[in-house]
Amino acid sequence: MYFINSFLFCGLVCLIAELILDNTKLTPGHITAMFVVIGAGLDAFGIYDFFIAKVGGGALLPITSFGHSLIHGALLAAESQGIIGLLMGMFDLTATGITAAIIFTFVFTLIFKAKD
Amino acid sequence: MTNKKYDYLVKKHTPKEDKVKYDLIAFLVGGLLGLLGETLIRVYIMFFDISRNDASTYMIVTFIFFASLFTALDFFDKWVSKAKAGLLIPITGFAHSMTSSALDYKNEGPIYGVGSNVFKLAGSVIFYGVVSAWFFGLVRYLWEVLV
Repeated sequence: MYFINSFLFCGLVCLIAELILDNTKLTPGHITAMFVVIGAGLDAFGIYDFFIAKVGGGALLPITSFGHSLIHGALLAAESQGIIGLLMGMFDLTATGITAAIIFTFVFTLIFKAKD
Repeated sequence: MTNKKYDYLVKKHTPKEDKVKYDLIAFLVGGLLGLLGETLIRVYIMFFDISRNDASTYMIVTFIFFASLFTALDFFDKWVSKAKAGLLIPITGFAHSMTSSALDYKNEGPIYGVGSNVFKLAGSVIFYGVVSAWFFGLVRYLWEVLV
């Protein structure tokens, strides 16, 4: 069931983005930023956790899950540290993704050149 | 010629983009990436004997690695121009935007070229992600404390 749900969920998120992209003047930059905010908003009420429990990998892949991870880490730290935890835990769960992207980008930029 | 008539003529002669085709491609590509993500999680759990949470992290890193590599090898851009949102909305788009802006500004030097432009597009995702996560987190936190 996880496999079908993954396909449908990730596909639907991309479809919604494509529909917005085609029918409005918003750029991909606007849409990704918007989706991150939506992901964080959904997780504030535990809705995105429900998606991940039902969907599995397909819910972790869209950029909405980035917003979810940000607020999730912040709230986890806030539970133990109080309100300052919102600042301390913000990057707890997303650190892997951001760091990996930075390191890979650095290495590949050293090796490769932009081809016009 | 009235404005209305002119608008009509312009509309008639603008080539129609096949929107439905692009929507379908985005859905299929996004869906297949989701399927691949779930499959990778299963494979990692099976081979490395790790928890589902750890396997998810490995899966994300794998996707970032390949998106970054394919961007550097110069064929990810062609895929993106076809699949559009199908590749930009998953985490591959995040890695792609970082690597492509780093490569684009490589000739302007390591500091003012690569270093300051690498987050050109990904920066807005992180910036607004953090702002909204902080705001929603604060609301949720206060709600749990006060209510």
